[in-house]
Amino acid sequence: MGNLDFGLTLTVLGMGGTLIILFLISLIVDVFNKYLIRGDRKREARKES
Amino acid sequence: MIIDGLTSLLAGFGTFEWTHGVMIVVGCALLYLGIKKNIEPLLLLPIGFGAILVNIPLGGMMEQGGLLRHFYDAGVLTEIFPCLIFIGIGAMTDFGPLLENPRILLLGGAGQFGIFLTLLLALFLGFTRMESVAIGIIGACDGPTAIYVTSKYAPHMLGAVSVAAYCYMSMVPLIQPPIMRALTSVEERKIEMKYHRKTVSPALKIIFPVLVTLVTCLIAPMGTPLMGTLMLGNLLRESGVADRLVKASQNEIANIVTLLLGISIGATMAGPIFLKPQTLIVLGLGLVAICLDTAMGIFLAKLMKILSGGKVNPLIGAAGISAFPMSARVVQMEGQKANRKNYLLMHAMGANTGGQIGSVLAAAVMLSILKGMGIV
Repeated sequence: MGNLDFGLTLTVLGMGGTLIILFLISLIVDVFNKYLIRGDRKREARKES
Repeated sequence: MIIDGLTSLLAGFGTFEWTHGVMIVVGCALLYLGIKKNIEPLLLLPIGFGAILVNIPLGGMMEQGGLLRHFYDAGVLTEIFPCLIFIGIGAMTDFGPLLENPRILLLGGAGQFGIFLTLLLALFLGFTRMESVAIGIIGACDGPTAIYVTSKYAPHMLGAVSVAAYCYMSMVPLIQPPIMRALTSVEERKIEMKYHRKTVSPALKIIFPVLVTLVTCLIAPMGTPLMGTLMLGNLLRESGVADRLVKASQNEIANIVTLLLGISIGATMAGPIFLKPQTLIVLGLGLVAICLDTAMGIFLAKLMKILSGGKVNPLIGAAGISAFPMSARVVQMEGQKANRKNYLLMHAMGANTGGQIGSVLAAAVMLSILKGMGIV
């Protein structure tokens, strides 16, 4: 593998991989937050009632 | 007998080379920048003094058994110092603004493009593969990550890479604004981003460090020491039950390790090793890396602006680097220059903390790919 191929492979896989993992984390965080907030609200409503 | 004794007292001068003299001046310049200009004084002072110490001939500081050699071998070569620093950084970082708007995490990824583009540039200029990786990592704008990668794969460049990483990090307020103004129109800079404090479940703040560790380290295991320690520090902070450890991580551990890390980096700046044309090229490429990070972050934010129907101010993309919180402050200042009603700070803080995760992740992904290729 030549240096150019090496650099391009690392750039495409590295940058692509980084962005995909970050996107994945942002999706999971979004889902977790919605689920946890719903749980928090239910608990508060139960306390009030 | 007396003459022999006198000769031994003057032996240091006899072996003094011009390169030692130049590096002592460089060490003094770093001390000046730290003391007079207040540029990263906690690091530049030990680095500068370390550079002076190691350039005193016959001092033996970096020879086998020398004091600085002990620090270097025990803390830098073993990667302990950068990892301990990361526990401190994790304990100091509030990922709250990021958790309010997790999509902004992508800006922290775009801010790492500079790493890979600079790596290509370094390869083109004739550096070896591992040297290019070390040079590219300056674009992470993250001192401990740069030190971790360089000490592992191109230790002879540790001095130049760390000095470049820390100096450019502290020069973010000078480097970023011209790029931000050149790549955005006045109309774009005027875009107001409303900040509505969104509810983040307290449990999410505790789950987040564990989640990030599991996701990133399972995919890119080579970055586990870095991401693991960063997230451990953050877990200690958010758990709310380990105040003593949080305080120790934020203060005693971070301070002691910063001192030892700084002096160990300075110790790699021995004149005959450091004074090469290569060092100047490394410093130049480091600057290019940070400029590219800024530019690519702005471009992704421009894309977000289009996709959101004009609700995103492209300036916040510049904060997708690891220089926290300087970069977020620069975005806030530039936004306010264009429009006094503009308060971009919280959005920029989110992107900036995303940049901290992004920089470690980019390094982890890069190392894991290199391992997969059988290069490391």
